Amino acid sequence: MNFLYAAYAATWVIHVVYLGTLVTRYMRLRRDVDELKRK
Amino acid sequence: MKRIFPILALLTGAFLSYALYLALEVAPTEQTMGDVQRIFYYHVPSAWTAFLLFFINLVASVLYLVRRIPSADRIANWVVIAIGGVTCIAAFMVKQLPQGVEPSSVATTGIGIAAIYFLIRRYFSGDAADALAVVSAEVGVVFCTVVLVTGPLWARPVWGIWWTWDMRLTSTLILWLIYVSYLFLRRFSSSSQTAVLAAALAIFGALDVPLVYFSIWFFRTQHPQPVIGGGGSIDPRMLHVLLINWLAFLCFAGLLCWSRYRLEIVRRQVEEAQALKSLESVR
Repeated sequence: MNFLYAAYAATWVIHVVYLGTLVTRYMRLRRDVDELKRK
Repeated sequence: MKRIFPILALLTGAFLSYALYLALEVAPTEQTMGDVQRIFYYHVPSAWTAFLLFFINLVASVLYLVRRIPSADRIANWVVIAIGGVTCIAAFMVKQLPQGVEPSSVATTGIGIAAIYFLIRRYFSGDAADALAVVSAEVGVVFCTVVLVTGPLWARPVWGIWWTWDMRLTSTLILWLIYVSYLFLRRFSSSSQTAVLAAALAIFGALDVPLVYFSIWFFRTQHPQPVIGGGGSIDPRMLHVLLINWLAFLCFAGLLCWSRYRLEIVRRQVEEAQALKSLESVR
C-alpha cells in the first residue's frame, strides 16, 4: 500500500510543482507588462 | 473565455477526484499483485497522455516547417490524406494483424492522425503552431516524468527492482531526455533559427514514440504486454476505471495546455514590445 500511496502522491507533487512554475511565470510576465506600461 | 476557465478547472477537479475514487475504491483488486496494481490507473493514462502530447508537438512542428514553403505545405497535406486513406484500407486488407488488434481501431487511428493534423492546421496558423509545439512538449514532459516516477514505484514491489535497462524502460527514458533537450534548446538558444532547429529536433524526437509503444511487441522485455490492442487481457471493470482516469487526465492536460498557451502568447507579445521599446530608445 505504501508504494501505491507514494506513486499517487508523487504524481500530484509533480503536477503541483508544474502548476507552481506556471504561476511564477505568470507573475513575472505581469511585472514585465506593468513595467512596459510605465515606460 | 476568462469566465469559462475557472468553471472548467472546477469540473476537471471534480472529475479527477471521481476518477481517484474509482481507482482506489471501485476497481477490483488484482489477484497476483494486490493493491499496488492500482498504480496502473495513474501510470498508463499518464503515458497515453504524454504520447498524445508528443504527437501534437510533432504535427505542430511539421506544420511550422512546411508552411515556410508553399509547395511543401501542399505536399504535406496530400501525404497526411494518403496516410489516413492507406491506413484505413490496409486495416481491412491485411490478413495478419498482431493478436488483439482490431481493423477498426487501426482505421480509427489513421483517420485520427489526419483529423488532428487538419484541426491544428485550421486553428493554429504561423507562429501559433510553434507556440503549440512548445506547450505540448512541455506538458508532455510533465506527464512523461509521472510515468518515469510511478513506473519504478510499481516495479519495486512487483519485480523486486526499481529499474532495469530493458527496451521499454530505456526508450521511455530516452524519449524524456529528447524532449527535455528540446525544452532546453527553446529556453537557452537566442538564435533567430531556434524555432526551426527545435521543430527539426521534435520530428526526430517523435520517432522514439512508436519505438516506446511497440518495443514490448518486438523485443523481449520485463514490462507487461499492452492491455488494449496487444494480446493482453483486462477485467472490463478495470478497463472502465482506466478509461475514466485517462479521460480525467486528458481534461487536466487540456487545461494545462490552455493556460500555458495563453502564457506563451503573452510572453511573445511582451518580448516583441520590449524589443520595440529598446529600438525606440536607441533612436
